[in-house]
Amino acid sequence: MQNTNKLYEEIIIAGFGGQGIMLAGKLLAQTAMKSKKEVTYMPSYGAEVRGGTANCMVVITEREIASPLITQPNSLIVMNKASLEKFTPRLKDNGLLIYNSSLIDYEPQVSKTIKVLAIPADQLAIELGNHKSANMVIVGAYLQMRGIISPDTAADCLTQTIAKRHHKMLEVNKKAIYCGAKFAKEQPV
Amino acid sequence: MSEKKLICGNEAMAEAAIIAGLDAYFGYPITPQNEVTAYMSRRMPELDRVFVQCESELAAVNMVYGAVATGKRAMTSSSSPGISLMQEGISYLAGAELPAVIVNVMRGGPGLGNIAPSQADYFQATRGGGHGDYRTIVLAPSSVQELADFMSLAFDLADQYRITVMVLTDGILGQMMEPVILEKKKQRKLPPKNWALTGAKNRKQNIVRSLWLGDGVLEELNRKLQKKYDEIQKKEILCEEYEIENAEIIVVAYGIAARIAKGTVDKAKKEGIKVGLIRPITLWPFPAEQISRAAEKAKAFLTVELSCGQMVEDVRLAVAGKVHVEFYGRSGGGVPSDSEIMKEIKQLAAKR
Repeated sequence: MQNTNKLYEEIIIAGFGGQGIMLAGKLLAQTAMKSKKEVTYMPSYGAEVRGGTANCMVVITEREIASPLITQPNSLIVMNKASLEKFTPRLKDNGLLIYNSSLIDYEPQVSKTIKVLAIPADQLAIELGNHKSANMVIVGAYLQMRGIISPDTAADCLTQTIAKRHHKMLEVNKKAIYCGAKFAKEQPV
Repeated sequence: MSEKKLICGNEAMAEAAIIAGLDAYFGYPITPQNEVTAYMSRRMPELDRVFVQCESELAAVNMVYGAVATGKRAMTSSSSPGISLMQEGISYLAGAELPAVIVNVMRGGPGLGNIAPSQADYFQATRGGGHGDYRTIVLAPSSVQELADFMSLAFDLADQYRITVMVLTDGILGQMMEPVILEKKKQRKLPPKNWALTGAKNRKQNIVRSLWLGDGVLEELNRKLQKKYDEIQKKEILCEEYEIENAEIIVVAYGIAARIAKGTVDKAKKEGIKVGLIRPITLWPFPAEQISRAAEKAKAFLTVELSCGQMVEDVRLAVAGKVHVEFYGRSGGGVPSDSEIMKEIKQLAAKR
């Protein structure tokens, strides 16, 4: 971050359509709003189909946000190989890279200044009983790593972010957030 | 009611229009504004109001014409290619002096272009893309909150002046989410719609039309329209002036470009560059006076747009040759970045 004493967090979340990329971004944004931060959420739009590429940008700060677009993120969450290849070169020095090691089977080459967390998000989600919750696992891990907002707040915000018709999935998603947070906590970085 | 909600610009404007008393919505799907139509299709029937997904944009704008002719509040929304198709209808609305609200969530052009954000419909919106001597009021929000707030303003302005009001925004503002407060605004004091077609029982019949064949009748109507436009230019200009007091360089930008530029202005000031921002909120009427006044003191202007240079013509007209007006724009889906704008500002500062 250019301004170390002030929060200006620029996050890109990327993967393929169907991985819940947009939902993960919306949950982060909702969580940031609940924590009284300034926040914008910008989806890649128009081409959200299962299997296609999907990404979204979330800016979290304590002052007025100029642009919701992010050219150089300081945090990058990638759920598949294509997204890793595409977005990692844009990551800022001293940034954070979290990648889904269930689908990315090699160690990404990044600058030494970047914190890296490999998390088997799909595998952890399957163990919880819902493979679709991999997005929530990785959100939990992100919140734990960055320490800006508590994973508890994200768990509280699920009811607003998840459509009512899916509310029977609230519990497993909550578990997924905590599972990701726990995983991140236990990793030496 | 005053609780903050996280919603996208398209849905914010849809709900805000409903809160402002929208009676009927007519639309035809097009990215990047589909959330408006989708939202309306769900909410309007819930409220027992009118929603029609039309067979085309032509149908949509003409249904709006019909609905507002009865004195109801009606709107349509679309994106650039769809708005082009509506131009005939907008000209007719002007000729019949009908109060309609039209939202353009601009995307890349010309032609079908792409679905990325753009500001390249400035000429079309501010000059009147249809035929004849007419104007539409053009409002340019630069946040999701303003997108919501300007809906009630748009309906009030439309009703007050019997004019079409266009809300001109872009794919970013339509799609992005940010915290918004949605609440009912105090309505302006509005004239009675005694011209509306409400059934002529016990009164003289009203006629709403844009065809005036009688000798000199149309010229008379045009004079009346111009008088109305003059009044709007006197009373309804909205403009944000940011840090312009001691500014040597004035950045002029609207909508999403202004928002990005504001961030750059803050950074440039920290580096000791004397720079400020003028953000036209009404694009027509254009804040020419504010810009002209700033040109008395400033040494250079920089206009930033998501286009190849459209509003910059109005800026140059207002500056009237007093100082140099530079332009920086990206088009076809490109968005000027903070660092690109900074480079332009620094180049201008170096010339001083």
